[in-house]
Amino acid sequence: MRSLAFILVFTGVVVFSSNNANAQCKNFAKRVCRLELSPFIHDGNYNAAILTEGEDAELFKTFYAGQEYRIAVCGSESLPKVEFKVMDVERRVLFTNASKDYVPFWDFKVEATQQLIIMVKVQNNPGGSNPDMLASGCVAIMFGLKAN
Amino acid sequence: MSKRVLADNIKWLIGSTLILFLLGCSSESSRKDRIEVDASEITSQELAKEGVQTARQIFYSLPSPLETAMILKRSGAQYNEELLNPVDNASKYTTNKSMALNLGIYSTDLSYASLFDQTQASIKYMAVSKRMAEGLGILNAIDNTIVQRLEENVNNREAIMDIISESLLNTSSILEEDDRVAIGSVILVGGWIEGLYIATSLVDDVKQADNELVDRIIDQKLSLSTVVNLLEQHKDNSDVNEVLGDIKALAAVYEKIQISFSGVEAVEQEGQTTVLRSKNVVSVNPTVFNELRKKVASIRSKYTM
Repeated sequence: MRSLAFILVFTGVVVFSSNNANAQCKNFAKRVCRLELSPFIHDGNYNAAILTEGEDAELFKTFYAGQEYRIAVCGSESLPKVEFKVMDVERRVLFTNASKDYVPFWDFKVEATQQLIIMVKVQNNPGGSNPDMLASGCVAIMFGLKAN
Repeated sequence: MSKRVLADNIKWLIGSTLILFLLGCSSESSRKDRIEVDASEITSQELAKEGVQTARQIFYSLPSPLETAMILKRSGAQYNEELLNPVDNASKYTTNKSMALNLGIYSTDLSYASLFDQTQASIKYMAVSKRMAEGLGILNAIDNTIVQRLEENVNNREAIMDIISESLLNTSSILEEDDRVAIGSVILVGGWIEGLYIATSLVDDVKQADNELVDRIIDQKLSLSTVVNLLEQHKDNSDVNEVLGDIKALAAVYEKIQISFSGVEAVEQEGQTTVLRSKNVVSVNPTVFNELRKKVASIRSKYTM
């Protein structure tokens, strides 16, 4: 009886906290990160995940010739700095915000259509408020398009 | 069961719920979970385990309906309402798969009409997109406020684009929140196919040099790999698997088109937007282009029937 109850409670809590985290991430992307794209127009796609200190994620996207883009990468307040790198398909780094004081966005255009890789990494923060714990939070990657 | 046993179980249930809730709500995990080891001591088996534990999250981002429409306009496409999926077709879409595909298709039609300042068509296609979203159970993605704002801003193109962007974001984020990412990928593929259908239908002369629209159609070969990877992630879903079959048939035609790439160089100029300098060389003959046009039309017809 207790085992069954434990499984039910555990499953319920996992589902609840996962949904709650997703909802917070959605609100963060809409209310915070989307504003970083202005004056560009957000393309409408949603790319966000919960990441922990030291973790990274990658996004593959094709960028079209002639279109001017803004990439915005935002981490929630609970996280240390978030680095993002833009790489070509050979994984050569074309831009990293680490050399620009972790600025959360980058504007660029491509002469010829290219598939690029955007790698985001939550930096380690051993000197954080609680040195025994790893911070985790929402990281959103959003794209803005310059109007024609 | 005695009252005492029942009371004990209730207390235990409440206690364990509270503990698990507190654990679940914590935004931090223990640093002690991560053990620092000398890299030279790690065996290949341990490396494999480490790979699983720290598996990187991968995202595949397709051009959204709004981006597709902007690419169309920038490459010199004209507006042709006859190419859009008639809103009267909406009553035919009753399955999740058909509603998802046509939510994407109608969203691209809406974006295309809006970019060409077709106000009545924009209002009509926003309404039919709302209907598809509601059919999929995404009730708040396109609410009455969004439709009303669209009607109030019919003469303000940038405001309309912002409203469309917001409705697309609502749709994709609600699906993510509800753990229905597979359906979200079908919506994106529907929108992407519609953009390709409009573009290929608008090309009169594939032989014409410097035809930017043809270039952008060929460029979709790059997005195609993203489409396949995105669908592969969710191919356990039968709807996604069916769509994947269509996309692989399209990929077989795209394989006949050659694109060669030069290296990419980032050129940064003070006070100006960075340019990623590179050159693509493409090779397509009119027969292959017509084959591509027919394949796209047949897939689009299958989705809108």
